[in-house]
Amino acid sequence: MNNKIGHWFYFASPQNFYPLAGRMWPWFAALATALGLAGLWLGMLVAPADFQQGEGYRIIFVHVPASWMSMVIYLAMAFWAVLGLTFNTRLSGMMGRALAPTGAMFAFLSLWTGALWGKPMWGAWWVWDARLTSELILFFLYLGYIALTSAIDDPRRADKAGGILALVGALNVPVIYFSVKWWNTLHQGASVSLTKGSSMAQTMLWAMLLMGLAFWMYSIAVAFYRVRSIILERERHTLWVAQLPEVAQAPATEEKWS
Amino acid sequence: MSAFVAIVRRDLVLALRRKNEVITSVFFFVVVAALFPLGIGPEMNTLRLVAPGILWVGALLASMLSLGRMFAADHADGTLEQMALSPTSLPLLVAAKILAHWLLSGLPLVLLAPILGLQFDLSADALWVLTLSLLIGTPLLSLIGAIGAALTLGVRGGDVLLSLLVLPLYVPALVFGAGAVQAQISGLGASAHLSILVAMALVAAVFSPWASSAALRIALE
Amino acid sequence: MIWNGFSDFLAMGGYGLYVWGSFGVSALLMALETLLLRRGRAAAIDQVRHEIAASQVGKDWH
Repeated sequence: MNNKIGHWFYFASPQNFYPLAGRMWPWFAALATALGLAGLWLGMLVAPADFQQGEGYRIIFVHVPASWMSMVIYLAMAFWAVLGLTFNTRLSGMMGRALAPTGAMFAFLSLWTGALWGKPMWGAWWVWDARLTSELILFFLYLGYIALTSAIDDPRRADKAGGILALVGALNVPVIYFSVKWWNTLHQGASVSLTKGSSMAQTMLWAMLLMGLAFWMYSIAVAFYRVRSIILERERHTLWVAQLPEVAQAPATEEKWS
Repeated sequence: MSAFVAIVRRDLVLALRRKNEVITSVFFFVVVAALFPLGIGPEMNTLRLVAPGILWVGALLASMLSLGRMFAADHADGTLEQMALSPTSLPLLVAAKILAHWLLSGLPLVLLAPILGLQFDLSADALWVLTLSLLIGTPLLSLIGAIGAALTLGVRGGDVLLSLLVLPLYVPALVFGAGAVQAQISGLGASAHLSILVAMALVAAVFSPWASSAALRIALE
Repeated sequence: MIWNGFSDFLAMGGYGLYVWGSFGVSALLMALETLLLRRGRAAAIDQVRHEIAASQVGKDWH
């Protein structure tokens, strides 16, 4: 039992996590590419047109995965926040910082593709659909996290403050979603829902799932890659970083202090 | 308990010496309530429709303006550190500060709301629900805002950053607060909205002082 | 194949602007993110090298 716990905490050290992430991200990137190509093939070249929405429905193959990922990534950030606040590990804060930009990007993408879907379907670039509105608020939560962690100079304080914010935000997301849903149904006659649809053809569903997985693998690959850069910056005073091959290899044009 | 009362009293006395906080909130609320009709037009039917939202957003923004001051002064002169080091539990002291903030920035808005509501030709029962929703809602806003204020203590770009952090978290309060008034106007009855608002306020009353003091300790490290 | 040719594929039954606007921006943002990742890593390595160089300064001074 002790050994097992020891094993988990082994990777809590940035020094040990760095090479692990370095070995893992290419695999996730490859998976993302493969799944993405499969999903796109299925969604764009095999799946038939929708009865109601024609070819325009194909936007869901990026819209839904982007929405999913924006929420999954936020949950992941909250998870790392809990770890970081409980065990006070440096790496947890770094993982949160590594995840946030991708999450914000997917939230933005969800809004963008949502608008492009809404315009031909419902005639407006923006509808106050419960899901879209919640997504907008989630986007602001991401921006808030990024702004707060960038504004605080001390990295440890920034990590912990960000952690608290991510946690408070995560706990609030269901509340926010519920209140927006309530607000939406009371104020709109017909329910304009981007997710309401006739039962989907098998191919459409599969394509959407494949794209969702592809986006997930992409997010993990990106997070692992990004956290490596963060580790390098934060641990630049250490010996093990100085001894890394990518660092020790000085380019020929570098000036020498005389 | 006596520490709690002492902090509330202290904050009130200090703030009332400068009177700044109360006046800023009140003034902002009044100006916003006056500006919107000027922007929208004097059509009474329209104004009656948008009144709950406008008044609630006005109160929300007015309350948000003064959040930055909640901990800043005490942080600057070292009192906050003393509070953190004292044997009294920090969440209790933070709760006291939040109460003081509400008394100074929230309660005046609650008292002013019915008067401003008259400008929008709200009926008596709508005015009553408006006041009640703000009475429950403004403490909720102070509680949520305290977390943001604690997180951004002493940080560059504090006030704008604070607004960005806190506004998404304010949405449920706004939805149910303004929604209560609208429900009353449309005849559906505000009890459901108000109950949910009370529930949120109670949860925040327990959770926020604890989260805020955690954030303060991080800021004080 | 469900398309009657490439121009059909591009047109997307009239929804071309919206569909390709979505896929295009998605691809663009992900490509941009990947690019920024590479730049970020280069910048981090640069920073580490400067840190090492700075700590070397004065080492030979006596």
